[in-house]
Amino acid sequence: MIRFVDVHKSYRVDRRDIPALQPFSLDIADGEVFGIIGLSGAGKSTLIRLINLLERPSGGKILVGDIEMTALAEPALREQRRRIGMIFQHFNLLASQTVADNVAFPMRLAGERNAATLRDRVNELLARVGLTAHADKYPSQLSGGQKQRVGIARALANRPSILLCDEATSALDPQTTASVLELLAEINRELKLTIVLITHEMDVVRRVCDRVAVLDAGVIVESGTVVDVFLHPQHATTKRFVNEALPEETAGEQTAFSQVQGRLLRLSFRGDTTLTPTLGRVARETGIDFNILAGRIDRIKHLPYGQLTLAMQGERVDAALVALREAGIEIEELNR
Amino acid sequence: MSSTPILQTLFPNIDDWGEIGRACIDTLLMLGGSLLLTGLIGLPLGVLLYLTGKGQLRPMPKLYAITSLLVNILRSVPFIILMIVLMPVTYFLVGTKLGIRGAIPPLVIGAAPFFARLVETALREVEQGVIEASQAMGASLWQIVRHVLLPEARGGLFAGITVTAIALVGYTAMGGAIGSGGLGDLAYRYGYLSYKSDYMLVTVALLIVLVQLLQMLGDRIVARYSRR
Repeated sequence: MIRFVDVHKSYRVDRRDIPALQPFSLDIADGEVFGIIGLSGAGKSTLIRLINLLERPSGGKILVGDIEMTALAEPALREQRRRIGMIFQHFNLLASQTVADNVAFPMRLAGERNAATLRDRVNELLARVGLTAHADKYPSQLSGGQKQRVGIARALANRPSILLCDEATSALDPQTTASVLELLAEINRELKLTIVLITHEMDVVRRVCDRVAVLDAGVIVESGTVVDVFLHPQHATTKRFVNEALPEETAGEQTAFSQVQGRLLRLSFRGDTTLTPTLGRVARETGIDFNILAGRIDRIKHLPYGQLTLAMQGERVDAALVALREAGIEIEELNR
Repeated sequence: MSSTPILQTLFPNIDDWGEIGRACIDTLLMLGGSLLLTGLIGLPLGVLLYLTGKGQLRPMPKLYAITSLLVNILRSVPFIILMIVLMPVTYFLVGTKLGIRGAIPPLVIGAAPFFARLVETALREVEQGVIEASQAMGASLWQIVRHVLLPEARGGLFAGITVTAIALVGYTAMGGAIGSGGLGDLAYRYGYLSYKSDYMLVTVALLIVLVQLLQMLGDRIVARYSRR
């Protein structure tokens, strides 16, 4: 468990305190993938660096497991940092060292001297990230995606319980992003590692995160499970992020909808309800008519979800809505 | 060593080539000795300047200001004057003001601050992100210096050593004016004071060759260690 208790952070610039993060409390559970999304300057880099105390909070407590990080003296803090892996947007590999030496580096820092132990662990890690053939290359000879894989192998070297990802895919192309995210999800699954990632892309959150917090100008404006935040965004910033990943109806379509007869509804399906023909069954039973105006089906992490915008007509629309809600479908009325 | 007829025709005033050979060796000894000590003093001094600088790993504004001022003072005194000013210090340190031994203290005191600045600049070229990554891995300050900063900056450090070595060649030649021996001494005594311009020509040629060799060697080492 990572726990922030009344944490806030401001920077001192020209003898004035510039607030970066307003007071907040937040719990991140063991084994989950927690996303923090925000625009640049929202404070997400600061937030993730509070966990391993690369940034010190101006007030409040930060706990990792049972250990109060903010109370640790320098040597004990270094010891704890070795149990928290971190990967970076620009990889931050040692240019003067080979891939194998980069991966061995955190183990050497921790005092491991046995060449055989180091070699075996490096081989194991490189196999996990699929870079066995590149052990003796230098970072400059690798592609961006390969560099990030080296970064991941390095971050896992000391068997951490937490992995921090600082915009880990922001410098990568979409395909490489997908494969790196897949690797992160696999690591989370197989090693039961807690992952905290920051990003400005909702798509990254949708693909790998279990829960998400939305950060806007130093304030956590919304947090919850990705499904809830994704399907029912509350705050304007969240809506903007969600719309990037899931284009909503355009203004033209909105106008067209207003001319449609009947009640305009948005139905959200998640999980099993996506896969059952509930809408057709309810329509038959209640004798209503519907006209599908827009819709999509996709996945949030492994959970299938769908959204349909439709116009519904008939005498027993209310009964139909009750039946749909009973079947687990969420309904929003758009023209009331 | 006896001179051949051709050499005698070309350089009529040079009757003892062995003296030139000895002067070469003296110059190389002064260079080697002072370069080694310059490195040993300048490298930690440069690391200190880097670490204590504003916004760096251990910002200490007062210590930085004092070190920086000292470095600037030593760098702003022309070497020929520094040598003369330092004579009592030199005598105290090595028991003589003359010869190779007498030359080394002023050479080192003149070159170490120069090299320290080059070290500071080279270290600043190391990406901040790499330092942050090693902090995140739990590296101590000493581990960061030893295993991150110095290896990552080694291209720049070797370039700095090359520039310093070449500056030292110039300094050793100046040392000739106050009796430190070497090629500068030869050029000054025979070439300048005795109007034997062939001596001047030969020493200048030898100095050019020396500088060229140093630069070539330095460039090769830098190229080998630059991995960007």
